[in-house]
Amino acid sequence: MTFFRPGFRHPDLPPNEAGYELRDYEGGISTLCAGCGHDSVNAAIIRACFELAIEPHKVVKLSGIGCSSKSPAYFLGKSHGFNSVHGRMPSIATGANMANRDLIYLGVSGDGDTASIGMGQFAHAVRRNLNMVYIVMNNGCYGLTKGQYSATADKGSIGKKGEPNQLESIDLCEIAIQLGAGFVGRSFSGDKQQLVPMLKAALSYEGMSFVDVISPCVTFNNTPGSTKSYHWVREHREATNTFDFVPFRQEITTEYAEGKTEAVTLHDESVIYLHKGDGNLQITDRRQAMDALEEHKRKGLILTGILYVDPEGEDTHVILHTTKRALNALGEKDLCPGNDALADINDRFR
Amino acid sequence: MKPTDISNPEYFHKVIDCQFACPAHTPVPEYIRLISEKRYDEAYMINWVSNVFPGILGRVCDRPCEPACRRGRVEKDPVAICRLKRVAADNCSPDFTIPAAYVPNTKNGKKIALIGGGPASLTVARDLIPLGYEVDLYDDQAKGGGFMRSQVPSFRLPEKVLDKEVELILNMGVNTVFNTYVSSMKTILEKKYDAVFVGTGAPRGRDLPDLPGRKEGDAGVHLGIDWLASVVFGHVKSVGKRILVIGGGNTAMDCCRTARRLGGEDVRILVRSPREEMKASPWEIEDALHEDIPLYDNHVPKEFVVEQGKLVGMRFEKVTAEYDDQGKRKLVSTGEPLVFMACDEVLLAVGQLNAFPWIEKDLGIEFDSWGLPILGKGTFQSTLEHVFFGGDAAFGPKNIITAVAHGHEAAISIDLFLRGLPLNQRPTPSVTMAGQKMGIHDWLYDNQISEEQRQVVPTVEKVKSLKDRLIEVELGYDQEHGHTEAMRCLNCDVQTVFHVAECIECDACVDACPERCINFIENGSEEEIRTRLLAPAPELNQGLYVSDVLPTGKVMVKDENVCLHCGICAERCPTSAWEMQKFFYRSPQAGQK
Repeated sequence: MTFFRPGFRHPDLPPNEAGYELRDYEGGISTLCAGCGHDSVNAAIIRACFELAIEPHKVVKLSGIGCSSKSPAYFLGKSHGFNSVHGRMPSIATGANMANRDLIYLGVSGDGDTASIGMGQFAHAVRRNLNMVYIVMNNGCYGLTKGQYSATADKGSIGKKGEPNQLESIDLCEIAIQLGAGFVGRSFSGDKQQLVPMLKAALSYEGMSFVDVISPCVTFNNTPGSTKSYHWVREHREATNTFDFVPFRQEITTEYAEGKTEAVTLHDESVIYLHKGDGNLQITDRRQAMDALEEHKRKGLILTGILYVDPEGEDTHVILHTTKRALNALGEKDLCPGNDALADINDRFR
Repeated sequence: MKPTDISNPEYFHKVIDCQFACPAHTPVPEYIRLISEKRYDEAYMINWVSNVFPGILGRVCDRPCEPACRRGRVEKDPVAICRLKRVAADNCSPDFTIPAAYVPNTKNGKKIALIGGGPASLTVARDLIPLGYEVDLYDDQAKGGGFMRSQVPSFRLPEKVLDKEVELILNMGVNTVFNTYVSSMKTILEKKYDAVFVGTGAPRGRDLPDLPGRKEGDAGVHLGIDWLASVVFGHVKSVGKRILVIGGGNTAMDCCRTARRLGGEDVRILVRSPREEMKASPWEIEDALHEDIPLYDNHVPKEFVVEQGKLVGMRFEKVTAEYDDQGKRKLVSTGEPLVFMACDEVLLAVGQLNAFPWIEKDLGIEFDSWGLPILGKGTFQSTLEHVFFGGDAAFGPKNIITAVAHGHEAAISIDLFLRGLPLNQRPTPSVTMAGQKMGIHDWLYDNQISEEQRQVVPTVEKVKSLKDRLIEVELGYDQEHGHTEAMRCLNCDVQTVFHVAECIECDACVDACPERCINFIENGSEEEIRTRLLAPAPELNQGLYVSDVLPTGKVMVKDENVCLHCGICAERCPTSAWEMQKFFYRSPQAGQK
């Protein structure tokens, strides 16, 4: 039985700019079902962090409960981690982020963890535009409790038990856009060509980067009638646009045709180059983004790609005027500035 | 690229690098697995069937398998395949006998002569006797084994081991004509054998006849292979204190190490080329250095220095190797004065030549300008249709395992010839595929990759072994170390078989593969695909396994180069599109279909 991944790695794989090997971003061997979409999302996270040369110890991975929330065990084994109570990942992320703004917060949740038990938590973290990447591994069912439909299962979708889902589904991307997330994308675990650059852009964005990844459950929801199967998603998927993500510091080497390509510059000077397809969707326009989602839903299609970006969005720290430094970097002098400072403050209220 | 044709047995054969590199195509991973299970008799048998001399080769094989071993590409050292072979031989039960199927009840009435008693001839005998052929073996020595007996020193290959494996074959019913030097092919042909096999090796040592002083110093200058034979047969019992060994091959290493055991105190090796280009196997060079024998490379012999009729030393020119655009080497003098080295005796091990003075020119057996017989490609048949050649006699000096491989092929040819069948319609390899899946996480083979490093082979203390040339230096692995070393094998014969119709393109295998071997990408030319894989794929001699087109229009491409055969792809595949199947390949032998 395979409990451990072999210790050997391809000898010719080069390290990244920060000098780390790909294996420095790996985690333990997966115990998810064979073929689970979540494993592909994990691999995409590993690849995105490796390619961005993020130092593993600069990342905090957080999760709640569920198949998706198990998955931080399988990536970034050298990063910080917190496995919270069911649906409570956003609160833990908020607290941690307030205490130490220097780290990168990567929340991993599922459709149950976010759209059911954690719905309130999700909504308020998004409202605050908390600086984190919030990934939902969305398979439309409760895989850990034998495949009951979750709140994101489409009405009429038929899972392994054979009875169609009777309830309306929640579109987390639409809600995230509505509630003020600065970066919203949707992707598919079976398409790393789209998912990896999307995660890289999300990691570079300062504010709430919400990424809904349709990640099929091979065991309970990969049936012919399911709208979250590998098959269905491949056939009913349309992308807003293709895009290249050019991180800050990297030289732009490709030339893009005028009018066809739109550049969106993020806070850290990274650039997303969007190559427009037929549609003329303006992804910096919130209303157009929501219309596009509704329009595709009406046609029975799943819209993927970067759905919405607010390049000027302000994150929680900016909104709340918090200290620029992590709390653990504040010394006694900073925290107790003395009687003169107190007197100054008091004077302001006289 | 076109989809890989895995129904061609040569595709998966090539994935088993060790077996593919072995001239006799010994099923290496299979016998290593048997050793790890302490099934030594079966491991020995796998070897015996394919390479005939497991105990001998487990000590003195040239091991082309080891540089090819996949383990050597994922870490520093390959699996000690050769020494594991010895573990099988050492631990084989003492009452091991040849299976009854190898000893026929009836003879087929055909008679074959084998000239020379070395590994090639013995292999032909081993392959043909079971088919009912009667075999006469001629050799000038008193026992079988050829150069394995006369040239390989006992401290590397004890006589007992050699005797045992040679006798195993002779006892199958070979009519031996020992102590008989065949001086005329004509007289052999007159005896009306149905076929004749020549396995007389490359018996003539190369000399340096044109160097000044060679004639005058003759009493102190010996040809390496003749000298080694004289030592084995007891004609030479001691040497002078200062010995120069000229040459950079394995014979040179045997000469200097033998000289150390016969009283040589200051024994030196002198080589024309840089050390990296020496023909000797690296491990044999190391063994020589370990016995305090210094190696002087880039020294070209120029002169034998003789004073008052006695050899007192040699002069050498120091050179450096320079290479032109085509990579051709030229040895250029450094311009320094000639180096003088004093000595009592010189051993020349600068190459071997084929010699067939006993084959009359008018028999219809033709030779090329190099003095080598003209042979049918792959058939080993000479221009006289019932005469066949093999071993060093066929294409010049190589090694034992190559001689064995020649013997197998020649035996096939002889059998086809005597049955009146065309020689180019040769039997095909026999192949079996066996699924390895036991349960969701259970495999029939050990798929956990051991991270142990290559085990060191214990040796006899140097002080002791240098005193007696009959003491075997290497002690071999004990069972425990043998097991540890066997577990290092990556099971390259357990193949990853891809069923394109089952694949749902979930990427699970891509993500799980620790070596990033597996890709799902757009098709293209091989050269172009190699630039687009997840991990660099510069090893052009390592195949790409390409599937038919998948529903998304992509193809699966697996770079075989550093695949660990760990089975994780198959374990993480939800639809069993990946399967682990043990591929057992046995190259054809005489009498098979």
